[in-house]
Formats: sequence, structure tokens, C-alpha cells
Amino acid sequence: MHFIKQNILTVVTFLPLFGALLMLLHSYFRGNNPEAMRRMALGFSLATFLASLPLIGWYADPTLIVKANWIGSLGVSYHLRVDGLSLWLVILTTLLVPLCVLASWHIDKHVREYMVFMLMLETGMVGVFLAMDMFLFYLFWEVMLVPMYFLIGVWGGERRIYAAIKFVIYTMIGSLLMLVAIIALYLLHGQSTGVYTFDIVQITENIARYDFLTYQQQMWMFAAFALAFMIKVPLFPLHTWLPDAHVEAPTAGSVILAGVLLKMGTYGLMRFNLPMFPEAAHRFAIPIMILAVIGIVYGALVAMVQPDLKKLVAYSSVSHLGFVVLGTFAFTETGMQGALYQMLNHGISTGALFLLVGVIYERRHTRLISEFGGLSTPMPVYATIFMIVTLSSIGLPLLNGFVGEFLILVGTFTSAHPRILAVIATSGVVLSAVYMLWMTQRVLFGRVTNEHNKSLADVTLREKLTLVPLVVLIIFMGVYPSFFLKRSAGQLQQIHRLVNERAVAGMVR
Amino acid sequence: MLSVIVFAPLVGAIVLGLFGRRLTEKIIAVIACSSVLVSTLAAFYAFWRLLSVKPAEDGVRRINETLFTWIAAGSFSVDFGFLLDPLSGVMILFVTGVGFLIHVFATGYMHGDSGFYRFFAYMNLFMFMMLVLVLGDNFLMMFVGWEGVGLCSYLLIGYYFLEKFAGDAAKKAFVVNRIGDFGLALGVMLIFLKFGNVSFVDKANMVSALSQAAKMPVEPFSGSILFAGGLTTIAALLFIGATGKSAQIPLFVWLPDAMAGPTPVSALIHAATMVTAGVYMIARTNAIFAKAPLALTIVAIVGALTAVVAATIGLAQWDIKKVLAYSTVSQLGYMFLACGAGAFAAGFFHVVTHAFFKALLFLGSGSVIHAMHHEQDMRRMGGLQKYLKTTFITMAIGTLAISGFPLLSGFFSKDEILWKVRSSPVLPGSLGTLLWLIGLATAAVTAIYMTRMMVVTFLGEERFRKASDTHGEHHEHEPHESPPVMTVPLVVLAFLSVVGGFVGIPEALAEKIVPHSLHGVTHSFYHFLDPVFIKLSTTPGNLTGALAADHGAELVSTLLSTLVALIAIGVGYAVFSKQPLLTMPKILENKYYVDELYDAVIVNPVKWTSKWILWKVMDVGIVDGTVNGLARLLGWFSIGIREFQVGFTRAYAIFLLIGALTVVGYFLYFGRL
Repeated sequence: MHFIKQNILTVVTFLPLFGALLMLLHSYFRGNNPEAMRRMALGFSLATFLASLPLIGWYADPTLIVKANWIGSLGVSYHLRVDGLSLWLVILTTLLVPLCVLASWHIDKHVREYMVFMLMLETGMVGVFLAMDMFLFYLFWEVMLVPMYFLIGVWGGERRIYAAIKFVIYTMIGSLLMLVAIIALYLLHGQSTGVYTFDIVQITENIARYDFLTYQQQMWMFAAFALAFMIKVPLFPLHTWLPDAHVEAPTAGSVILAGVLLKMGTYGLMRFNLPMFPEAAHRFAIPIMILAVIGIVYGALVAMVQPDLKKLVAYSSVSHLGFVVLGTFAFTETGMQGALYQMLNHGISTGALFLLVGVIYERRHTRLISEFGGLSTPMPVYATIFMIVTLSSIGLPLLNGFVGEFLILVGTFTSAHPRILAVIATSGVVLSAVYMLWMTQRVLFGRVTNEHNKSLADVTLREKLTLVPLVVLIIFMGVYPSFFLKRSAGQLQQIHRLVNERAVAGMVR
Repeated sequence: MLSVIVFAPLVGAIVLGLFGRRLTEKIIAVIACSSVLVSTLAAFYAFWRLLSVKPAEDGVRRINETLFTWIAAGSFSVDFGFLLDPLSGVMILFVTGVGFLIHVFATGYMHGDSGFYRFFAYMNLFMFMMLVLVLGDNFLMMFVGWEGVGLCSYLLIGYYFLEKFAGDAAKKAFVVNRIGDFGLALGVMLIFLKFGNVSFVDKANMVSALSQAAKMPVEPFSGSILFAGGLTTIAALLFIGATGKSAQIPLFVWLPDAMAGPTPVSALIHAATMVTAGVYMIARTNAIFAKAPLALTIVAIVGALTAVVAATIGLAQWDIKKVLAYSTVSQLGYMFLACGAGAFAAGFFHVVTHAFFKALLFLGSGSVIHAMHHEQDMRRMGGLQKYLKTTFITMAIGTLAISGFPLLSGFFSKDEILWKVRSSPVLPGSLGTLLWLIGLATAAVTAIYMTRMMVVTFLGEERFRKASDTHGEHHEHEPHESPPVMTVPLVVLAFLSVVGGFVGIPEALAEKIVPHSLHGVTHSFYHFLDPVFIKLSTTPGNLTGALAADHGAELVSTLLSTLVALIAIGVGYAVFSKQPLLTMPKILENKYYVDELYDAVIVNPVKWTSKWILWKVMDVGIVDGTVNGLARLLGWFSIGIREFQVGFTRAYAIFLLIGALTVVGYFLYFGRL
């Protein structure tokens, strides 16, 4: 058991990559067989998911921590650990990838490369959440870009090249600034403590203990990290890469993008910006929250008038992620818990929405809302699932979305920040009902007017397999959120303490 | 025990939802009705148990049931728990009872419909949500039910999803309700901020939000207090929620459209139960409202205005269900008027009696529509009493009850409301008298439009024969009375509409007409609920409050409202039996153009701005334009620096060195900042 515990994080991180290598070997020796590639990708991603499940029980166990010297002269270590902040994001990732593989079964262009990229992407994503060394973190962060770039650029829609490049450039600009900040933080920490290390845990602790960053330094580094993360989130007005990337990406790409990649932004804010630069966080809180609130309302309003299903969902993401950022910067435990919960919700609901759009895109090769209508007649099961996911997305109580949104709003409302922010954000709840229900009405209800839609096949078994797990989670997370919240509470309490204690001390100083 | 009441219909909904497609109509009907019947029996049993519970310190009998901690994060924690007290006790009795009757009726009404199982799955789900709303032991649980019934309402209004108007109506209902919920959610958050919890009832070591509110002083009556973040603000926000769910001005527009759903839905959700949730909520939170006289005044004014506006619109509708819909809006206005006057019990009594006679009237209209092969336009009816005897008689009873005919249930509840408004201790100045007059006028209009509906539908010449109807086919068969599964519920509800008022006869009247030994019964409703409502203190400057104990004046008021009702029925009969198709003022027929106004002022501008300003100009133009512009600029810049691509390795090495030195140097300098 001890052996398993000591290696589980490494396994969860690198099993997909290992699978990818095996697939390459397999095709080298046995010839390129698409079906084998699909099965292997599914097998390895499922195995990764199963391997990640024990973390739910063990996440607080210190024997799980992996820490080994890597590049000793630079203070770089191979340091993985899971905590309340990363636990559910890791599970979300390992859950979504096999579903995405299943959803990509129909892809027949360069299957091997597609599946290999998928698994590489998974290693990158899990690595980002588990890495506790800034160097390692940055490595995973950048590695992830490559497969994503190709997934959009090769298997995407008509304007895929434009979208892929836009995605990469946007992200690179942010991450280069982050790199600068990481190096600066490394140097400053080294200078003041004599220990040159990239270790996130150690640096966070030492910042709290010795307070070696000046206010000015905090501000700059906060800004550099925040910009990288906010592009990823994406926070208004840095969001325009998202609709393009989503529209052009293949279904699985959109699911991963919305489900996991966006969460890295909000995860980063909680992992780096809040605990490391608390005074700067307080200084920047109001402007960021204002942007978040604008994003909530703006994203919803723009989503409302989109003619393209994927664009609608993309803009709804801008709105939902605005909630997450709002809750994060409320600096209350309730708000932060809500923010984390909303990250999971968004991953599940929006992931499911993209899968659902993919289902009809496969059948009709269009995503224009006006091309559909009355789908509940030929596709009743599809319509039912679509409806449940929609309701989750608009935050209906007893479904997952409500818990996150409500905690964020309560957390913001009861925070030290102006209450008007929470009030305006609450109006987003009305708007989400408007755009989502208007969309479902135009897609699902009414009579079938378009000949092509008359005989559409309902969801297949494979499609059900991708959707039903998400629907089950949508309900479970809405009815029994304690299962998730109590496991994330400890770590968020600590972040909450760090961001508020230092800031108060800073004000005294 | 409380869980059984709540979860029995959920089990029905799940079974029907998952397997209903494969079941026969008969089995579906049995599952749907029996799940509600279990709930009904459990509700009556729980109520009986409640009667023998020892009252708590504050005099209220309670039964609590906590299942698990639902959400806990930071300082916020809320249980998944139920509370039975006199208020929720009364509510569950008629919700389950009337709900059961309507389910039975619907098995006949929906017979042969292709979505039979879907219909009953939604109906059962609705019962579950409604019972969560009523039995929830904290604001968040109530909110769960609140939004949940909204969802079921959405699903059932849009039940005939092939028709565009049904989809439109469903969406409108949901969105308008969400606007109300926006207020309610803010109110709940403010409650949490103020009291640190959102519970209704004290549990072991926690002081409930309501008990804390009950101990606070009455807030002053001034405009600024509305935004002060105190109890008045909370009350106003909660009331916004109520205007959505209970269809009050300005959010009443969804309810008439909601008639797109099948008629049993209109009876259950849009007349008897869900739409009264707003009144229930205000009664539940009376501890807050009682401390906020300004909020009460707003409630009363909105209620009175809604009552009269909706009633006048009801005068001019031709769709039999639309008449009843506006009537419901109007009667809900009455209930709020009562609450606003501080007479929570009277308002709540009207909720109960209204549930009986309005469910009866809607089901009756359903029976008519069923007989007429889904014709709803009264202009193509007439003379139906000959064919639909039971329906006619029961509906006539309902009409008399809602019109306030002496000794029927509506008479007692309406009379009590009017008197309580007239003698209200909380309404400022002579506002009570003014609102009383409005209420009286509304009563007259109510009697007129109800009589009109009955006369046009059931009396006079038979107009359905000439008209080849909208579907282009002649009615070859004569209209026929509905089967017993439909008429028996009508008879039961008619009986309840007659006797339902006897448990709440106003005291002044009871003294005159009821033997003394029966006073325990005739006042049992008010007596039973009394501990739930906190005592009101009189607003300074109130002129009418002194009237409260004047039984003589109360009797005069009763006599007056009786006369008004009788005269109005007479006038209605006289006018419409002569000219059933009398043209009504255009402005009334077009509902004061409120929908058109909202479209022009809110809906269309928002859509236009979102599309053209936010998306095309802001998003695509400015934000994306800036990004692409920067990229282009960078492109030109790159062409410029292409000159640096000299091709010598040592030159690159120098560039690299310069770059690295700049970065490192900057950080070394920056580091010592």
C-alpha cells in the first residue's frame, strides 16, 4: 500500500503519456490501425481515471507527496502533491478525457496522431494541477499548448489555422510574462532566504513567514501571473480567443478547452496570486471583480444573440467563469468554495453542452441554431439530456450549477467588497435563463420544419456513454455537494487565511 | 414521516420518467395518482400528529425532520430539512388534497394524449417541488422548491411543445419568474448577512433568522429605509420574488400566457397551489414584514392595483381560460392586499378557499373544453348547460363562491380581507379606506366577469353548431358530459367550495349567525394559525386601526360587500344574457398593452444592443480589432527587424547575450528595489 501511495501521483500524471508512447510503438510494429489506436487511447485514459479515484480518499495523506531532486543546481525538483484545491480538478480532467476519446470515435483523419495528442494533453493537464514546483508547473503549462494547438489546427473547422494561432499567441503572451515573474520570484526568494528553489509550497510558506516581497514587487508579480491566468480564464476583455477556438476546435477539443484548460487560469489565481501576493491581491481585487461582473453580464448578453451554438456556449463560458473569478476575489471562504465548485460545474455542464452540440454536428454538419428546431420529436432522449444540462447551466437548485453560483454570490455579498458587485452578478442568473432557454426552444421544441431534421437518429449507445456519466454527476453534485465541499475546505481555508492575514498585516505596516 | 409526504411524488416522477414510455395509460394513471395519494394520506396523518405536539415556548407546534447537511462552505451552512407547523400544515393539506383530485381529473382529461406518461411525470415532479417549497425548514430549501415549481410550470406550460405559442409562453414564465427570483435570492443573501443563518426555526444551538427578526424593533416608515439594508429592504426584496411567482404587477404578464398548458395544469399550478407560494412566503416571513411597515404598504398597494387591473382585463377576454387566469391574478392581488394590511391569516385563508373554487372553475372549464373538442373561445359556445349538467352546476357554485355569495367559502374569506383592510392597524393615513374601496369595486367587477363567463358559456343560444371551428371541421357530435373520473373531482371541489369557509367565519358575523357552541369550529382556522403570526403594532398616524374592534362597523361592511356582490351578479346576468357577445373596450381586450410595452421598452432594446453594440461593435470591432491590429502592427515590426537576420552566428550570439543581460540585469536591479 505504501508503495502504491508513493507512486500514485506519478502514475496518474504519466500513465497517459506512457500510453501514447505505447501507441506509437504499437503502430510502428503492428502497422497503423485506427481501431486499435482508439481502443488503446480509451483504455489508457480509463485506467488513468480509475487510478485517480483513490485520491478522493487519500488526498490528505502526506505519503502521497513525491519530491525528488531534478536539476539540483537550479533548485528544480520533481515535486507532485495533491490537495483540496487540485483534487477535484484532477478527477475532472481524468474523467473528461475518456469521455472525449469516446466522443471522438468517429474521427478518421490521422487517428493515431489525434489520440496520441489527446493523451499527451492529459499528462500536461494533470501535471499542471499536481506540480508543486514552479519550473515543473511551467513545463506542463507550456507542453499542454502543443497538442491543443494541433487538435484545433489539424482537426478543426474551416478557420482552424487562424483560431489555433490566435489561441497560442494569446496564451503565450501571458505565459511569457508568467515566466518572467517565476524567474523573478525565484531570484528574490533566493536572495532573501539563501535557498534557491522553485518549490511552490516552500516559497508560499516563506513569503508568509518572512514577508520578503516589497509592495511594489508584489504588484508587478501579481500582475504578471494574473495576466497569464486571466487570459486563460478568460476574463473580459481578454476573451476573444475563446469563441474562435471553441468554434473551430473539434468536439473533444472544445470539451477539454472549456472543461479543463479554462480552469487552469482560475486554479492559478488561487494557487499563486492569492497566497503569494496577498496585499497586491487586495489592491487589485476591486478592478478584477468589476471585470468579472462585466464579463458575467456581457458574456450572457452576447451569448443571447449568437446564431452559432458553439459560439453561444463559448460566450456563456465567459459569463460562468466571471462568476468563478468573482468568488475567488471575494476573499471569503464561502466565495472561494463556490468558485472551486463552479469550476467543476462548468467543466461538467459546459463539457456536456459541447458534447451535445457535437452529437448534432456529426449528423447535420452545421451548428447554426436556425438550421435546427423541433429536435425533441426525432430525438427525445437527446432532448431530455439537453434539457437537464441546460437546467444545470442556468443554476437550477438540486442540480450542480446552483450550489456554485449561490455560494459565490453569498460569499461576495457577505465580503468586505461593495455589495453592488454581487447584486449585478445576480442578474446574470436571469440572463442565463434567457439565452439558454431561448436556445433550447429554438433547437429542441416546436415542429420540425427542416427536412434534414425529420429523420435524425437519437443518441447512440456510445453517445449515451459519454453523456450519462455527466448527467449523473450534475444531479449528484446538486443534491449532495458536501461530498465535494468538505474535501476542498481545508486547503481553501489555508488560502483564505494567507490572503487575508498578510493583507491585514500589510495595512498595519 | 414528512419525508414520505415529500418524496412519494418524486418516486412517482422518477418511475414514470424512466419507464413510463413502456407502460400503458392505466398503469401510468395508477402510479401517478397513488404516489400523490400516499403523500395526501401521510399529510393528513402528519397534520393529526401535529395537533398533539406540545407547543414550543413561542406557542407554535412544530415537527422537524432534518435529513442531512446540504451545503456547508465557510460560514454558510444549510440543512436539507423539513418543518411542519400550523402554516405548512394547512398548506400541505390542500396542496396534496386538491393535487390528488386534479391528478384524478387529469387521467380522464389527458386520455389518449401521446405524452401521457410525460405529463404525469411532470405533474408528480411538481407535487414534489411544491411540497419542498412548503415544508422546507429554511429559506434555501424554500428557494429550492420555489425554483423547482417554476421548472415544472415551465415544462407543463410548454407541454404541447410542437406549438410555438406553448414554447414562448413557457419561456416567458420561466424568465419572468427568474426576475422575481433575482429579488428573492438577494433577499435571502441579505438575511444571511444580517442574521448569520437562513433557517426558519431554532435548532439546538442556532437562533433562527425569523426568531431574530421577531425580536427587532419596527423600522420607521420612510423612503430611505427601503435601501438601508435592514428588514424593510429584505421584505421588499422578498416581495419582488412574490410578484414573480404570484403574478403581481409588474410581473403578472406570464400567468395569462401560461394557459397554453393543459387545463389540469392551469388548475393545479396556475390557480390552486404554485401561484399562491408568494402569499405563503410572506405569511411565513411575517416576522420580517411586520417590522417593515413601508414594505407592507407597498405590498397592499401592489395587491390592490393588481386586483383591480386584472379584474377589468378579465371582463373583456373571450378565451374561457384567460378569463379564469386574469381572475386568478386578481384574486392573488386580494391575498396580497390582505397581507399588506397586516392580516396575514385572512390572506392565507383566501389562499385556501381560492384553491377550492378556482381549482373547481378551472377543472370545470377543462370539462367544457373536453366536451367541445378543445375549443376555448366562448364565442363558439353558449347553451351548454343542457349538455353538461354536472359541470354547469358545479361551476355555478364556484362562480357564486368567488363572487362572494353569502355563506359560500369565498364570501367569508373575501369579507374578512375587506374588513381587515378597512380597519388595518398598519396602513398609513386613510390608505386603508381607499384600498378597501378598490377591493369593493374589484369584488363587483369579479362578480360581473364571472357571471359573464357563465352566461356566455352555458346559457343562451347554441353558437357551436354554426361555427365551423378553427380546425375546419364541423362538430358532428353533440357536446357530451365528461366521464366520472372528471366529474367526481368537480363535485368534491364544489362541496369544499361551499363548506370550506365555515372554519373561518369572521367573529362579528359568527356572533350573529352561529350558535355559541360552534364558535370553536367556525373560528378554528384563525385560532389554529394564530401562534404563527406575530402581533402587529399600530403605525403612528393610522386613522383606521381604531376600527378593528368595532363589530357594528364590521357588520355594515359585510352587508355592503354582500349587496355589491348580489347586485353585480344581477347586472352581469341582465347585460350578458341579452347580449352575450357584447363588444368590450379594446384597451381591456388587449390587456392595457402591457406585453407590447415590455417588448418595446425592454426586450427589443436589450436584444438590439446585445447584437449590434456589444457583439458586433464591442466584441468583434473593438476588442478583437485591437488584438488583430496589434498582430498586424507586430507583423510590420517583424518586417523591420528582418534586417537583423544577418546570417552570421556571432551576430546572433551577441543579440542573445544582449537580451539575456537585459533580462538578468533588470531583475538584479529590480530585486534590490
